[in-house]
Amino acid sequence: MSTSSYKKSDVGNRGAHGLPDKMVVFQECLQQFNASPVNAKKCRLLLGELLRLIYHGENFPAAESTTLFFSISKLFQHKDVSLRQMVYLAIKELSSTSNDILMVTSSIMKDIQAGDIIYKPNAIRTLGKVLDPSTVSASERLFKNAIVEKNPILSSAALISSYNLLPIAKDVVKRFTNETLETLTSYKQFPANQFQLHEYYGSATTNLPSTSYMYQYHALGLLYHLRNHDKMALMKLITSLSEGSQLKNSLSIIQLLRYINKILVDDENLIKILYPILSSYLKHKSDMVELEACKVLINLGHLIKDDEFMQIITCLQKLLSVPRTSTRFAAIRLINKISIKHPEKIMVVNLELENLINDSNRSIQTLAITTLLKTMGVGTVESESGGESVDRLITKMTSLMDEITEDFKIVIIEAIENLALKFPSKHKKLVSFLTDLLRDDGTLTLKSSIVDALFDLIKFLSDESGAKQLILMNLCEFIEDCEFTELSVRILHLLGDEGPKTSNPSYYIRHIYNRLVLENSIIRSSAIISLSKFAVICGGSLSENIEILLKRCLNDVDDEVRDRAVLALSFISNKKKELIVKEERYNLNVLESKLTHYLNGGDFSKKFEIEEVPLLTTEELKSMEYGRKMRKLDNGSEEEKEETTIDSKDQSNDNKSGSNGNIDQTLRLQAFSAELSAIPEFSTFGNLTTSSQSIYLTDKENEFVVSCVKHFFISSSKLVLQYNILNTVDHMILQDISIVTQPDNELYQEDLIIQLDELKPQQQGTVYVVYSIPALTDEGEGILSAFGNTLNYIHKEIIDEEGNIDPSDEGWADDYQIEDLVITPGDFIQPIYNSNFASIFEQLPIEESSMYNLKDFGKTLPAVVEKLTKPLNMMALDGSDYVPDDSASHTLKLLGKDVWGGKVALLVRIAMTNGKLIAKVQAKGETEKFVDVVLDGFV
Amino acid sequence: MGQVFSFTNIFGKLWGINKDIRILILGLDGAGKTTILYRLQMGEVVTTKPTIGFNVETLKYKNLTLNIWDLGGQTSIRPYWRCYYSNTAAVIFVVDSTDKDRIAIASKELHMMLKEEELLDSALLVFANKQDQPGAMTAAEVSQALNLTDLKDRSWSIVASSAIKGEGLTEGLDWLMDVIKDEQL
Ligand SMILES: Nc1nc2c(ncn2[C@@H]2O[C@H](COP(=O)(O)OP(=O)(O)OP(=O)(O)O)[C@@H](O)[C@H]2O)c(=O)[nH]1
Ligand SMILES: [Mg+2]
Repeated sequence: MSTSSYKKSDVGNRGAHGLPDKMVVFQECLQQFNASPVNAKKCRLLLGELLRLIYHGENFPAAESTTLFFSISKLFQHKDVSLRQMVYLAIKELSSTSNDILMVTSSIMKDIQAGDIIYKPNAIRTLGKVLDPSTVSASERLFKNAIVEKNPILSSAALISSYNLLPIAKDVVKRFTNETLETLTSYKQFPANQFQLHEYYGSATTNLPSTSYMYQYHALGLLYHLRNHDKMALMKLITSLSEGSQLKNSLSIIQLLRYINKILVDDENLIKILYPILSSYLKHKSDMVELEACKVLINLGHLIKDDEFMQIITCLQKLLSVPRTSTRFAAIRLINKISIKHPEKIMVVNLELENLINDSNRSIQTLAITTLLKTMGVGTVESESGGESVDRLITKMTSLMDEITEDFKIVIIEAIENLALKFPSKHKKLVSFLTDLLRDDGTLTLKSSIVDALFDLIKFLSDESGAKQLILMNLCEFIEDCEFTELSVRILHLLGDEGPKTSNPSYYIRHIYNRLVLENSIIRSSAIISLSKFAVICGGSLSENIEILLKRCLNDVDDEVRDRAVLALSFISNKKKELIVKEERYNLNVLESKLTHYLNGGDFSKKFEIEEVPLLTTEELKSMEYGRKMRKLDNGSEEEKEETTIDSKDQSNDNKSGSNGNIDQTLRLQAFSAELSAIPEFSTFGNLTTSSQSIYLTDKENEFVVSCVKHFFISSSKLVLQYNILNTVDHMILQDISIVTQPDNELYQEDLIIQLDELKPQQQGTVYVVYSIPALTDEGEGILSAFGNTLNYIHKEIIDEEGNIDPSDEGWADDYQIEDLVITPGDFIQPIYNSNFASIFEQLPIEESSMYNLKDFGKTLPAVVEKLTKPLNMMALDGSDYVPDDSASHTLKLLGKDVWGGKVALLVRIAMTNGKLIAKVQAKGETEKFVDVVLDGFV
Repeated sequence: MGQVFSFTNIFGKLWGINKDIRILILGLDGAGKTTILYRLQMGEVVTTKPTIGFNVETLKYKNLTLNIWDLGGQTSIRPYWRCYYSNTAAVIFVVDSTDKDRIAIASKELHMMLKEEELLDSALLVFANKQDQPGAMTAAEVSQALNLTDLKDRSWSIVASSAIKGEGLTEGLDWLMDVIKDEQL
């Protein structure tokens, strides 16, 4: 009692979060810490208050922070171990604000050498914060000794501090490599009395583990950073660690698996060596390790054989039924990810999945259902007798729909839509499931998501399937009795766009006209617009009838409705079709960025150049949307990729060359265009036609990291190669940097090169090389080429800490061979979408065909297809990029638009004959000679 | 028991025995400060590294508790000496008697320090250290180089010492204890 009231008055009034007052604590600290003799207990409590303030984000001004620091440093005179621990915690916090922190260096070092085991780890962690580049080497021995120390806590502390020292003293930390290696595979036990010191553990020491092996995790993390520029050393580390289960700590194994993944992402050829290691962790006593191994292997799915893949599934299958919820969740999430690309591979776990529909965890339920939707869909595609399992699934869904929440329903609706998109032949049942659901009760959000799904299906299912008619008719029925104005308006809009192109437009006109009679003014207004579209597109007697209907609206009570009717009538009678239906639309993203630019420019005497904003045809718009849609479907895998490459900043944009023409692409082009037009040498090149993704020409861990972007200016036939070069060598400056390029197609003529003067360590710079692109009509090799690349530079050593070089140093010239760069047909093609591949293909005038032997293109058909399509940059239509794993032949339908404005279409038939993979390619197009180029560059 | 204990407590207070006595060891780098500190505390010669910051040790000497702060003498650390001046009973200033080149600098640092208000009442003991080395200046020579005779308002003394051989240290400390007892307790 008395103690608590004493404390209150002691630290003064408390603020909002029960925090003590900052200045009161400050004053008290100065007084107590400078007292003689020091009262250890009081000081400990005070440091506690101080730390609480700091942890809450309070900070002290520099002067006060310094005063505090010196006062705290005086507490080193007291030997109380708990006080010393608090002192370390406080100094660690102050180290970021006070420059005088070096004054405790000697005291800390002494504690590390001869102090009490209780606070030694604290001392080491603080030392890491106190050292600067000039004092680090003085503590080298201390660190080395602490790393190999028997006590695992101390060893961990030293490893972590070394890790934190990397940015300021990598060279010194590098010298700890042997000690770290030794620790990685050593056995360290907690000191027997470690926990007895604390009453909390006092009696229960027998239950405590003798070690956690956590130091292995810390050691591995440090070693990786010391070696990640040296792939061979890293490989050696990995293989040696995986022998004889050296690693006991689960976290360290997981980390190892992630490093393996990183290596493999860079160099897939290493899979042969690394696969056995990965698969060995599919059976481990820790479920975390098993999950991580599965995850890595799934990412590399295209590199491994089918039976090897089955082992992953078996492992996941086992994890699906463990008691721990988080494990089940992680397992089903991985299974769900597989189902996106390879639903057929996980059919074996259908039984488990069905059980999980009733799991106690909602997220697991959801994933179970969406996964099932995919696997069952495959079931029906594969067995032609099918239909049964879809029926069963739909029955299951229908019964489930009554019990589940709306969020969950929406997830299912999306899954159904995706299923219908991937397997167009099965759309009937799925569409009717959706339309049934539309008729049931539901909120606006739910209904919107159903309508969204139906809209997408109309857009993307092919015309022949009859899906469009079915859905449109269902939507007509829906608006007869729809309580949501917003949805009615959207549907009326869609009916206006799609209805006139159907075989029975009058059916829709009737339904739309009903709206004019029965609904509110907002709906009536949109019905008018919708009708007017029928009038201008269908023409003839239909148009006359619509005019009569519209005339009746001229007496409507609402002025918006009347206005629209008047306008529509006048457009129709004056044959101003384009004012009602327009085939082209502005690219809104470009429009927005141009407008922003214009407004920020502030010069309004010039008019805004609307002509510079590209127009998109309905077809192109659809391509974009389709691309986005498909990317969303594949999203699972994309996300993971980001995750694994998190610390190499600029990688994210290079690993998927966009097989989907998309909006980011346009914006990227805009940015490049602005960047290049600022360079005077390029001012006469005209508009930038297209830019490739950035391609790495070296390993990303190299001393010099070189990547390249290919820019094409078709109107002036110029190719600009933009080489981005990063110097990662800390002690070297590069000067007079150029790239010597050697095309294997002699028709390519080098015009000029813009060199780079200097690159300091960690600096990035750009070298441009410009070529004239040979004309398409040229005989011989056409416009494809490979470029050999050599990096040339003068190389100077840095001699002091400021990064200076000796002015008298002339350096020495050196060159460095980097990978070749290839111009592929895909560089001249943009993917486009069309729901009717067959008729487009039919109509294209120019045709060539050719046969190929696909010897080195991979073992499985899906891998072959991926490898073939990627460099072509065309869109795979009718779901033809999806290949069931066990099929022996496949037909790929690809469509794109070349940079000269013509369409290109490929029909690729791949088949296995006599153990050989043969592709027969039929190429059609509109641009003279380009079809030959595509065939030339096909493999 | 409790009765007796509290009695000695009061008794101790009267004689100031319970109070820690704060002593600073200052001097240029390499003068031998750290060596002296541990020679006094452990009675042996330890291998030292240049002190970045300070060492602080508590030792019992003739019934007194001494709190000895050995501050680093490198140029970069000297500015921080003043942060540790308050409540100092005495300063031990250590001079490397073989370092004739820098004796002038030592003198300058000494007098600058003694001007500080917080040290007005502190006694000064100078060790003319490293006497075991050939060519070392004698205590008298050091005293002259440091202009010690100019100091009027404080008790001071200079003692020839060798931290390595352990000579002169207790002699100096004895003098210091007497002065402190007389003047400050
Ligand atoms: N010959 C001899 N060497 C000594 C004596 N005292 C100290 N040394 C040596 O002088 C060197 C420096 O001694 P330290 O005690 O580290 O000097 P310091 O004054 O603490 O130096 P800083 O910490 O840099 O201020 C060491 O090599 C000691 O062994 C002495 O009396 N005689
Ligand atoms: Mg020292």
